[in-house]
Amino acid sequence: MVAVNMTLLNCPGEIQVGIADLKVGREPAVLITLGLGSCVGVALYDPVKKVGGLLHIMLPRMSEFSRGTAKPAKFADTGIPLLLEEVLKLGANRRCLEAKIAGGAQMFSGLDKSFLLDIGDRNISAVRDTLKDLRIRIAAEDVGGNNGRTMLLYTATGRVIIKTLGTQKKEI
Amino acid sequence: MQQYVDILREVGNIGIGNAATALAEFLSAKISMTVPRTDFVPVEEVFARVGRVEELVAAILLRIDGDLSGTILFIFTEESALRLISKILGQPVATIQELGDMEESVLMEIGNVLTGSFLNAISAMTQFTIIPAVPLFTFDMLGSVINSSLLGTGMVEDQVLLIETLLSQEGNGVYGNLLFFFDIGSLDTLLEVLQTQLENI
Repeated sequence: MVAVNMTLLNCPGEIQVGIADLKVGREPAVLITLGLGSCVGVALYDPVKKVGGLLHIMLPRMSEFSRGTAKPAKFADTGIPLLLEEVLKLGANRRCLEAKIAGGAQMFSGLDKSFLLDIGDRNISAVRDTLKDLRIRIAAEDVGGNNGRTMLLYTATGRVIIKTLGTQKKEI
Repeated sequence: MQQYVDILREVGNIGIGNAATALAEFLSAKISMTVPRTDFVPVEEVFARVGRVEELVAAILLRIDGDLSGTILFIFTEESALRLISKILGQPVATIQELGDMEESVLMEIGNVLTGSFLNAISAMTQFTIIPAVPLFTFDMLGSVINSSLLGTGMVEDQVLLIETLLSQEGNGVYGNLLFFFDIGSLDTLLEVLQTQLENI
């Protein structure tokens, strides 16, 4: 399976994080990921060193879904440790790190109670479990619901902005 | 692969033709429908072919089972969706904020007719029994919609069948994209039967 690389015209200085992808950066970089539906975006940030990273996972656990060839960044349980490793490499202090998470929506409405309808919830709980195992505090979250989200992490301040259809931008 | 694409385009044309007839009755209006393009697209190229990641779309999602299994996603652009709904309800709907249950079910019904006609055409050609589940609906960003449709789970084939449809009535075009994500193994099943069909021609 291939990672999907999404490209879009954006302000210069914004670093795009594709699906099943992660990027790290230091002040004043802005990391952005688009099209979070049932997927979950995980931001890790060190407010002292002002470095951070953003990850866009699609599925809860690698062992449940992969035939062994998939990118680790596609899954919560393998992607978050990788993100942690990358922000530490960039100079973050592990003890200062905090997480903000967004996504995990139930996009489709209807009567069919299939796998598709709870993948968002399963992604959210896998993200929480993994962060807990790594002893990283979740400082804020905007999860669940029925709408897709775009998530931005400002490494200068640690602010995370969430854009949802039809509503104002909000900070978490 | 090209010969299969040709057959599937023909199947698409037949299916869409049936759908046009059904819709024309529904709307008591003259409707023409065409399939400008049919293609197998690698999953990573789906976005580039269908639109922009943050673009607003209406989507109907349908799981199918039986001899052929997979997920069908029918995507309309915001403009096309609003135009369709306005046409059917006979009153203008200007924004998505105005969409209520009625508007939603109108769109779902159209998606049903279109996907149903297409599935019937495949079924007639292959003798496959195809069982569609209850359709699901959403109105959101294209990226979120596609990402949430089992794409990339490793449970679907890397090739996606993309059928572009164009409905027109008195010069007003409504574009839709039908995406067919095959469950692992299902694409082979379909291609095998198409191969047999080709040999019999």
